[in-house]
Amino acid sequence: MSSFTPSTKPARPRYDLLDKHEEELIERAHAENIREPYVINQRDAVWVGDRIASVIENPTPLWWYIAVSIAGAVASFTGIGLLYLITTGVGVWGENNSANWAWDITNFVFWIGIGHAGTMIAAVLYLTRQRWATGINRAAEAMTVFAVMCAGIYPAVHVGRVWFAWYLAPIPNGNAIWPNFRSPLLWDVFAVSTYLSVSIMFWYVGLIPDCAAMRDRIKNKLLKYFYAVLCLGWRGSARQWANYEFCYLMLAGIATLLVITTCTVVSSDFSTSVVPGWHGTIFLPYFGVGAIYGGFCMLITLLVPLRELYKLRDIITLRHIDLCCRFVLLMALLITYIYLMEFFVAYVGGSPNERFTFYQDRIFGPYGTTWLCMLIFNSVIPMLFWSKKIRRNPWLAFGIVVFPSIGMWLERFVIIVSSVHRDFLPSSWGMFYPTYVDIFTFTGTFGVFFLLYLLFIRFLPMIAIAEIRAVLPEANPHEPPTVIKNGAEPGSHHV
Amino acid sequence: MSEISPLICAVGASPMPKKLYAVGAEFANPKELYAAAEKVRDKGYKWWDCYTPYYIHGLDQAMGLKKSLVGLFTFAGGLTGLTVGFLLITISSVYVYPIDTQGKPYFSLPGFVPILDLLMIILSAIMSIVGMTILCFLPRLHHPLWEWDDFTRATHDKFFIVIEANDPRFNEKSAVDLLREIGGTNLTFIGEEE
Repeated sequence: MSSFTPSTKPARPRYDLLDKHEEELIERAHAENIREPYVINQRDAVWVGDRIASVIENPTPLWWYIAVSIAGAVASFTGIGLLYLITTGVGVWGENNSANWAWDITNFVFWIGIGHAGTMIAAVLYLTRQRWATGINRAAEAMTVFAVMCAGIYPAVHVGRVWFAWYLAPIPNGNAIWPNFRSPLLWDVFAVSTYLSVSIMFWYVGLIPDCAAMRDRIKNKLLKYFYAVLCLGWRGSARQWANYEFCYLMLAGIATLLVITTCTVVSSDFSTSVVPGWHGTIFLPYFGVGAIYGGFCMLITLLVPLRELYKLRDIITLRHIDLCCRFVLLMALLITYIYLMEFFVAYVGGSPNERFTFYQDRIFGPYGTTWLCMLIFNSVIPMLFWSKKIRRNPWLAFGIVVFPSIGMWLERFVIIVSSVHRDFLPSSWGMFYPTYVDIFTFTGTFGVFFLLYLLFIRFLPMIAIAEIRAVLPEANPHEPPTVIKNGAEPGSHHV
Repeated sequence: MSEISPLICAVGASPMPKKLYAVGAEFANPKELYAAAEKVRDKGYKWWDCYTPYYIHGLDQAMGLKKSLVGLFTFAGGLTGLTVGFLLITISSVYVYPIDTQGKPYFSLPGFVPILDLLMIILSAIMSIVGMTILCFLPRLHHPLWEWDDFTRATHDKFFIVIEANDPRFNEKSAVDLLREIGGTNLTFIGEEE
């Protein structure tokens, strides 16, 4: 097979004018009560393909090499930290008899939570026909896959003697003992491994047509083979598309079910115990909301630089940032409600231990500052997103979501450590302090995540080319393309 | 561009490929393709297909395709996962190695639900993809259409209708006439290896 020369070079848009122009476009769309277009500035299918593929086809920018070096160096922290842990023992972490779970599970829940927003965007918004999500679903799903990989490190190694981790598999182990299928910890193993596998499958199925598009246009021989293998020999025939779309629909439904199951199962690790602060039925929605909250914050953190660095403002528009910010706001409100509800339930529940945990230890105890920071970061600062001006200002939004991102990590720390460090018996109370190995390993996971993400944006189309093309006005076979201006649908209500 | 394959021959030119696979035509946009697909369907062709860079809503109806069968694979996968999971858990925790945890019954179905659910999910997901690849006749290492250089644009900006020689109604002349009549350009014979 040969490649063709793309007919048009991606035009260089004038970005100084663009934001102003986009604002006008939004104003007009609102005035005429129509949807803002999915892709702005009347970009056509050819432009969309050329622009997204240019990220892969153009020479690698210098910043990418620098970023990869930094991410790789940071990722090695995790490697070294884990090697030290495995060769020495879990004692190198700060865990002790009062706080058997601390940073390891905090980091696990933190990372798995970040994954949930990707599935939320790719599956739930697909099922609810939110077609704006096509612009960001690929990037979000990649975030899911890599975040779950980072999460998976912790439960695998915190068992202590990792060479016995296979005891978790549903097979009789060395003494012909079967695992206890009623244990939430075993549910957790199943949930995380299923979540990782299904996220990869869902992501991969979305990639098939785009890999075919890359196969047909890329000049590099090696990459051509790479895409040709990945796309399985996709030809884009209507019969294939019909089966493909149906498969995607099925996977979206499955992933939606799975995202609920996973956060429920992760929360049952805690809520099925009797530890005060953990023993609550609200944990199931609590973890779901928290997960999506943290995930959307991470997504904004990824999207804002990407749309600038790769000049994708016409595809990842201000509207996308706005809608993600609205999700952050919604989740902030929900999580605030849950924080309040926890206190309310501890009060009406009448258990003195629960009351002690919430009203004394959590607020005034040794980890009280953490709790206060969590509350300010998660419940107060995101309220800035009530302002449309702030939601539509990408870099401001980028700055603001740093706080709930940290806040969500603090939340998991508050749930885990401040609940276990003082339980029923004062004689078994104690404190947890992270060791440098804890800090080293956790910092490293950011390196792992960003390293994988940088490789993804370099070698795979980071925006779903075929899906974006399918929501362009020209893709509609029933309307002559000239009738529709700016990609808006006449008569439809704006969102 | 590489040299033109001996298997590809523009309509009207020569030499014709020895064994014909299909005749293909190019269309400029989804609207033209949609109208053309309806006409090919009405002529009663069965072994033909449209090739598009992205999914065009309603094109399956225009082609007269039936609903995709992927859902059956999903259902079968889910059912298998549920059954296998139920047997795995029940046999191991009731008969093979019963563990007494906090006096709970050995057969405690509510406690089995999360794993049953997850096994159902993973098998239905795997089977959906397996079903999709089977129904799409994938993976394929080679296809006669890939000999046609212009066809690489089928994933970029062009739309194609290809009528295969396997079709019982296929006849070189009538297929070419039909494709020309419905507005196809760049009409090409595509051969295959004997």
